[in-house]
Amino acid sequence: MRETTASHDFLRGIWKENPVLIQMLGLCPALAVTNTVANSLAMGGATFFVLLGSSLIVALLKRFIPHEVRISTYILIIATFVTVADMALEALVPPLHKSLGAFIALIVVNCMILGRQESFASKRPVGRALLDAMGTGAGFMIALLMIGGVREILGTGTFLGVPLFGENYEPWVVMILPPGGFLTLGFWLLGLNWYHERKAAKARAATLPVESHKEAA
Amino acid sequence: MSETLPTQGRPEASSLRIVLTLCFAGVIAGLLLVVVYQLTQPRIQAYKAEQLKLAVEQVLQEPASYRTLYLVDDALTETLPSGALERDYPAIYEGFDADGNSVGFALVHGKAGFQDIVRVIFGYDPHSRRMLGMKVLESKETPGLGDKIELDLGFVEQFQRVEVPLRGVKVGAGSGDVHEVDMITGATISSKVVIEIINAAIEEWDARILAGTPTTSEAKP
Repeated sequence: MRETTASHDFLRGIWKENPVLIQMLGLCPALAVTNTVANSLAMGGATFFVLLGSSLIVALLKRFIPHEVRISTYILIIATFVTVADMALEALVPPLHKSLGAFIALIVVNCMILGRQESFASKRPVGRALLDAMGTGAGFMIALLMIGGVREILGTGTFLGVPLFGENYEPWVVMILPPGGFLTLGFWLLGLNWYHERKAAKARAATLPVESHKEAA
Repeated sequence: MSETLPTQGRPEASSLRIVLTLCFAGVIAGLLLVVVYQLTQPRIQAYKAEQLKLAVEQVLQEPASYRTLYLVDDALTETLPSGALERDYPAIYEGFDADGNSVGFALVHGKAGFQDIVRVIFGYDPHSRRMLGMKVLESKETPGLGDKIELDLGFVEQFQRVEVPLRGVKVGAGSGDVHEVDMITGATISSKVVIEIINAAIEEWDARILAGTPTTSEAKP
């Protein structure tokens, strides 16, 4: 069966079921902290770590966790990893930790992470759970960078702090404010949906016989 | 009764097993967090202390040395009562020049800004009433607008020459008075908050400072 291949487990989260761009999960951090590329990287990295760690533990312990308290146990496991990530970031990169504010702690309630535990890691072997976590984590990071890149370039005229346009560039301040997050995500979704629809229409057209194709036109 | 149980045919776990699972998970999580806390805390504390030291030196215009004074029983003292924790006592910082003369005091104070608490450290000379410098320690003010209280150097540098108490004025509307601070266009609330923080801190501490500080013993280099 196609679903069981390793590459499918990994790639699904990156493109076909991208948590932000397709499943619309984890939108709160995706909109809130993506005003710079550095913030997007840190949030993406922290989420990747939490997702990988909790998927590993959930997949390892799934036999021992009673069904009735599985959600509370998953949340406890996720919260532990989040607190570890929070303290590690504060010790290792304090300025970045400061700019992410409360959003690191709020990874606990990111429904994308709990969703992967409930729908995948708790039902699959460890290896597949890890591949799925890596794919979903990478997909989340890519989506954050897509939003953060556009917002930083337009909103401050820099990329990772490096000025791009010279001194005469007037930054679009709205892009680093909350509306900029919604606008950027909206335009990315518009573009991606247009691409998917066009692809689907082409696929439909290719399967239709010539006569009915003409009629449809 | 043909209703399906929420466990969908699974044998229901006993209450004891449920309680034990959660307790076990809680204990393991707790232990792990204690270990990580112990590992990360020294670095976090050292970074905070370093940041505070840099800020004190900046707002007192690079003094030769400075000392920390704690408020204990409404009097300023260099030493805390034995067994007391540093964080439980409000503190101010007194800077000295190379000859050991006091150059001024640095105070940390905070107030709710446009988004969240804004915390500011500033230096001033209580005798000449002149400000020595100001630095925002903590703020979540709107990026691009309110955060100019940190990033707009024109605004920040004014705090090296004005005299307390401060009065905020719109750009171009001032009369050149030594108490006037030009507020930032587009960040009026945030810049007003900084001015209010400084005035409130001085109102709170001025009398205590002017009442006299303990004689110098050992100032930090």
